Amino acid sequence: MTAWSIRTGDLINQWIRYLGQLTILWAQTMAAAVTPPFKWDRSLIQAQRIGPGTFVISALVGFFVGMIIALQMAYQMVQLSAELYIPNVIAVSLTRELTPVLTALIVAGRIGAGIAAEIGSMAVTEQVDALKAFAVNPVKYLVVPRFMGLIIMLPVLTMLSDLIGIWGGYVICVFKLHISHEMFWKMTFHALAMKDIITGLVKTFVFGMIIAIVGCHQGLNVKGGADGVGKATTTAVVRSFILIVMTDCFITFIFYFLLNI
Amino acid sequence: MIEIRNLYKVLGPKMVLNNLSLTVKRGETKVVIGRSGVGKTVLLRNIVGLVRPDSGSIKINGVEVTDLNEKDYNRLRMEIGMVFQGGALFDSMNVGDNVGFVLNEFMNLDRKTVNDRVRDSLGLVGLKDVEHMMPSQLSGGMRKRVSLARVLCMEPHIILYDEPTTGVDPITASAINNLIVEMRNKLKVTSIVVTHDMNSAYQVADSIAMFYKGQIIADGRPEEIKNSKHPVIQQFIHGEVQGPITEDESLIFGHVK
Repeated sequence: MTAWSIRTGDLINQWIRYLGQLTILWAQTMAAAVTPPFKWDRSLIQAQRIGPGTFVISALVGFFVGMIIALQMAYQMVQLSAELYIPNVIAVSLTRELTPVLTALIVAGRIGAGIAAEIGSMAVTEQVDALKAFAVNPVKYLVVPRFMGLIIMLPVLTMLSDLIGIWGGYVICVFKLHISHEMFWKMTFHALAMKDIITGLVKTFVFGMIIAIVGCHQGLNVKGGADGVGKATTTAVVRSFILIVMTDCFITFIFYFLLNI
Repeated sequence: MIEIRNLYKVLGPKMVLNNLSLTVKRGETKVVIGRSGVGKTVLLRNIVGLVRPDSGSIKINGVEVTDLNEKDYNRLRMEIGMVFQGGALFDSMNVGDNVGFVLNEFMNLDRKTVNDRVRDSLGLVGLKDVEHMMPSQLSGGMRKRVSLARVLCMEPHIILYDEPTTGVDPITASAINNLIVEMRNKLKVTSIVVTHDMNSAYQVADSIAMFYKGQIIADGRPEEIKNSKHPVIQQFIHGEVQGPITEDESLIFGHVK
C-alpha cells in the first residue's frame, strides 16, 4: 500500500470518528433540550448575542450579492433580450441557495469561532470541570442555549438577508437596467414560491445545528492552554465551512431529485 | 466516609494512580502530600467523578461510585464540594452569582435569601462587598477565597481542597487553614486537602498521607509523619534536594547529577 493511500485512509477514518462524535453531542443536546428544567432565558441571551451583531454584516453581504447576481445575469440576459427575467433569477437563487449558505458561513466565522473560543477558555481554566463538580450537565448549561440561539436566529438573519439581497438586485435592475419598479416586483413575486423560501429555511435550521455543535464540540475538547483554544477556534470555523457546503449539496440533492421541490 | 481501594488510573503513557488505597473517616481532615505533578489532583478528580478510574473501588458513605451513572453521581455531587486549584470561577458571572451558583441553579430560593447566604459565605472567607466584582478584577488569593465561599454556600458534607493555600500570602493562607479547621469542628465536614505546603498540612490535618509513585506510602497522624524514618517522607517534609524522590532525575535546578 502506498503512503498516499494510507494517509487517505487515516483521514477518512478521522472524519468518520469526528462525525460520530458530533452526532453523539447532537443527540445529547437534543435530549438535554427536551429535559426539564427549561431555562429559556439562557437561549434568549444567546439569540441576542448572535442576532443584532451579525445582522449588519449579513445584510451588507446579502445586498452586494443581490447586486452581483443582477450584474452577472445582465451580462448574459441582455444578449438574449431577456432582462425582464433577471428579478426571477435573483429571487430564486438568493432564497433557495445563496443567502442561506452565505449567512451560515458568516455566522460560522463570527459566532462559531466565538463559541469555540469561549467554551475552550472555560475548559482550560477548569470551569467546565467546575460545572460537572457542581452536578451541572455542561451540555445542558453550555451547548443547549447556543444551539437554540442559533436555530432561532439563523433563519431570521437569512430571511432578512433575502429581503435585502432582493433590494440589492432592485438597485441594479431599476436604476441601471431600466426595468420598471412595478415590473421588478411583479416578476420577483411571480418567480418566488413558498417552497423556495421553505427549502432555504430548512437549510438554515440544519446549518444552525452544525455551527452550534461543531463550535461547542471543539470548545469542550480543547487540550492545552491558549494555543489549544486558538487551534480549536480555527478548526471550528474550517470544519463548519466544510460541513455547511457538503450538507447544502446533500439537502439540495434531496429536495431536487427525491422530493421534486 | 471515603474508602478507596486498589485504584488504578493511566493517563497517556503514565500510570498516575498505581494500586492506591486510602481511607478518610467521617468528619476527618486528611491531608495528602506529595510533589507537584505526581497525580494528587487526579485522585480528587476520581473521587468527584470528573475522571473515572481504570480499575479499583471508591466508596463514598458506603456507596460504590466507580460504576454510578451521571444522574446518580450528580445526586452525590450535591454533597461534595471541590475547591479547584486555580479557583475555576465562572468568568462571565460576578462574584455574587459565582458564590450563589448552586443555590440559583438547583434551589427555588428568593433573591434575598440567596443574597444573604452569599454574603454569609463570603464573610466566612473574610471578603466583604465584593459581590459585584468580576473574577478578572480579583487577585489570585481572592479568587481562591471566592472559590471556597462558593463551596461553603452549598453546605456540602465532603470538601475536596486542591492546593488551597498555594499562591496566597501567608496571612491569607493561615486564614484558609483556620477555616478548614473550623469547618471540621463546627460542621463535621469530611475533607481531603491536597497540598505540598507542610505548614498548612500540620495546621489542618487529622492525618497525613504521603503520595509517592501513584501510591500512598504512609498514612498517620501529623506527628507520626513528622517523626517517620521513611527516607522519602524525610526528604519531602524537609525539602531536601538530594534523596530517593529525586534519584531518578538527572537534572535538579539546572545542575546535572
